[in-house]
Amino acid sequence: MNPVSTPSAPVITHHAPHLQPGEGEPGTVRESHDHHELGFLRKYVFSLDHKIIGLQFLFSGLVFLVLGGLMAMAIRYQLAWPWTPMPGLSWMFPATGGAITPEFYTMLFTMHGTIMIFFVIIPLLTGAFGNFLIPLMIGAADMAFPKLNMFGYWAMWPAFVLILMGFFVEGGHAAGGWTSYPPLSTIESAAPGSLSGQTYWLMSLTWVGVSSMMGAVNYVTTIVKMRAPGMTLMRMPLSVWGLFIAAFLQLFALPVLTAASIMQLLDRVIDTGFFTPTNLIVNNLTPDSFAHGMPAAAAGGQPLLWQHLFWFYSHPAVYILVVPAMGFTSDILAVHARKPIFGYKPMVYSMAAIAGLGFIVWGHHMFTSGMNPALGMSFMVATIMIALPSAIKVFNWLGTLWGGRIRLNTPMLFAIGFVSMFIIGGLSGIWMAATPVDIYIHDTYIVVAHFHYVVFAGSMFAIFSAIYHWYPKMFGRVMNETLGKIHFVGTFIFTNCTFYMMHQLGVAGLMRRTADPYAYDVYAHLQPLNEFITLSAFCMFAWQIFFVVNFFHSLFWGYRVGRNPWQANSLEWDAPSPPGHGNFDGPLVVHRGPYEYSSPEVAEDYLPQTRAV
Amino acid sequence: MMRLIAFLLLIAVPILGVYTFVNAQEHNWWFPPAYSTFAPDIDWLFNFIMYMVAFTFIVTEVALAWFVWQYSAKRNDKGVFTHGSHKLEMIWTAIPAVALLVIAFTQMETFAKIKFASGFPTDGPYTREKPIAEVWASQFDWRFRYPGDDGVLGTVDDLESSFEFVVPVGVNVVFHLRARDVIHSWFVPEFRLKQDALPGHTIPVWFQATKEGSYDLVCAELCGWGHYKMAGRVRVVSAQEFDAYMAELKAKWFSNGKE
Repeated sequence: MNPVSTPSAPVITHHAPHLQPGEGEPGTVRESHDHHELGFLRKYVFSLDHKIIGLQFLFSGLVFLVLGGLMAMAIRYQLAWPWTPMPGLSWMFPATGGAITPEFYTMLFTMHGTIMIFFVIIPLLTGAFGNFLIPLMIGAADMAFPKLNMFGYWAMWPAFVLILMGFFVEGGHAAGGWTSYPPLSTIESAAPGSLSGQTYWLMSLTWVGVSSMMGAVNYVTTIVKMRAPGMTLMRMPLSVWGLFIAAFLQLFALPVLTAASIMQLLDRVIDTGFFTPTNLIVNNLTPDSFAHGMPAAAAGGQPLLWQHLFWFYSHPAVYILVVPAMGFTSDILAVHARKPIFGYKPMVYSMAAIAGLGFIVWGHHMFTSGMNPALGMSFMVATIMIALPSAIKVFNWLGTLWGGRIRLNTPMLFAIGFVSMFIIGGLSGIWMAATPVDIYIHDTYIVVAHFHYVVFAGSMFAIFSAIYHWYPKMFGRVMNETLGKIHFVGTFIFTNCTFYMMHQLGVAGLMRRTADPYAYDVYAHLQPLNEFITLSAFCMFAWQIFFVVNFFHSLFWGYRVGRNPWQANSLEWDAPSPPGHGNFDGPLVVHRGPYEYSSPEVAEDYLPQTRAV
Repeated sequence: MMRLIAFLLLIAVPILGVYTFVNAQEHNWWFPPAYSTFAPDIDWLFNFIMYMVAFTFIVTEVALAWFVWQYSAKRNDKGVFTHGSHKLEMIWTAIPAVALLVIAFTQMETFAKIKFASGFPTDGPYTREKPIAEVWASQFDWRFRYPGDDGVLGTVDDLESSFEFVVPVGVNVVFHLRARDVIHSWFVPEFRLKQDALPGHTIPVWFQATKEGSYDLVCAELCGWGHYKMAGRVRVVSAQEFDAYMAELKAKWFSNGKE
């Protein structure tokens, strides 16, 4: 084996001067161990290779990101200028001359949430990076079950098709919110989207669940069974820990959502009435005249049952959205600060604590739902205590930066941005956890501000950071630094302009999911603030062009780099860029943890895990 | 150059963040006035959390900006080689743990008072068993059914009104919240009171308005395409006006159209 992968690197370099055209070891660039040439279909479409499957998740996730983003823009347009025609979109809404209709608005925010959570963030974090990174970071040749892995991605395709088909059915797509509370979502006459869009929604989500389940089984098995010699659990990079913990969350929580969606599907299709109570009068129709979702005889169902089952999955899902992002950030901060991660074990334990507590806090979504208020008390205490491991993580990230030799390149900037934004999103969560305060702020824009700080400014920043950081490993080329920095600065500014001001809307009591809040006297004065938020959101969306251009331009014309452009320690940098079939040159032995930066043991400021000293 | 930009961006977060909250009242981007007995308690708890959060927010964001500035300077030596500090971990585990428990336990009394059965008024004219009215939510309106002279709901002398809910000031008002079709939510921002209306359930709710006036009653749970226009009003009046209103409602309800 080759213990030192980039012997030509200078001893200590700052501000990444190593990205010269044509640099890198000759012979390692685009080196492949793939001796039996596979056809295009086998290699890129029905691939068994975890790296290709990771890239498949990456590209489909980014496509859905654009779709979800466009929906967000339409939502923002309506909130700034309700019922005014959207310029250039009169072909879409001929009846209103281009203005959004109320039923379209409810569909927009339902599908924005659904797509961003189930088709963008989860597939990007666990699908794309989980697949790409886990075998590379633990020194495995591939996943434990490559065929299951392929099926995991291809199970997403029925989900893609169904979720897109839903837009074209009568009544439009699901419009009951991404939370799909029955009876709104189960009774056909309750909402246009409940006519049949909701059925497509439920079927699609079930397929997403199947896909995530296969992924989770694979990740756990791979991490438990396929680590290279010497790679103990406590020598794993925190990215792997984050993905490992998220996989456990999926394994234990997802069956509940799958069961619940099938129950809702049965309610809708064969009138089982799990969630539908007796004697409803919807749209002035008697129960007998309902087409579906409401049995003529007694239903006896419980709307709250859905909320419990849904949040039993969807609260842990929130941590699936952020725990891997915390792992990536930890790794990227350590690499580019040239310092060991501060408090590795507390970092692992705090991620595990967040995940563990994540299972007993779902009720904090239901403080005002009519659930027994005494339950609210225990859910509140558990929820507030989640701030503790989150705080420990923030302090350890600060500790990592302290005394470092920080290289302010694009992945590092986004990772620092993640920390800065996660602080805001984490702290505002305490308001929501506090039961009496939540009586007022529940379902207001302060909640919207909170979860966008965690999921957009948090997880999405971490995804950007991870893309910039691992792009050289994925494609053998590095993304353009200048464009990357421009992308970061604009995104950081406009993200804050957009989401920070939503706290103010929330304190003023503005509810979410309202097509025209200014119909109420108490909200009429908030229109100018919403206009500002909308303009910021437009700028943020437009600014992503720097990312798109950079991503595709670098794919073909980016500087080629060698195995280890960032001079990092973890195993993936030991493999060629991009790694061929089987990933590594030969068997690996791991000698230490992944964070030995600036170690006094060697002359360089990094010490790869595979290098014997 | 990037070092300066990164520092300015990061330090702007706490500065502008705090500035926004300090100036929010001036711009009217803040709580609507508090007109129920427990509204000031909720505001106090919000502010209590806000001050603790603000302290942490400022300390961590300033430290972040400062570390990025300080340690991204060009230097030719290595970084500090440390894997952490057990003592520091203990400190920054124990102190937030205590602070968070303090926050959690401070909340309980107010929540119990507003939502627990034991917190409901027992002495006034209206109790959990004997509410002032039933409030019915349906797509997309609010209806209010008063029990009439016999004080019992569901009898022939019940009185109904829609859109506007009239209640007396300075009295503990208990009502039963019900939904006819899907889930809705009762929300009056000035009272800081929100409660979902759940089909199939009757949920008792109480409040005491402290100021006469007419307030927006907002549906706060997505209930369909017309959710945005599911508006109602709560009109808080003096005891005399309330009695007059009930008499007027009774006359209207039983007049057979003949004045």
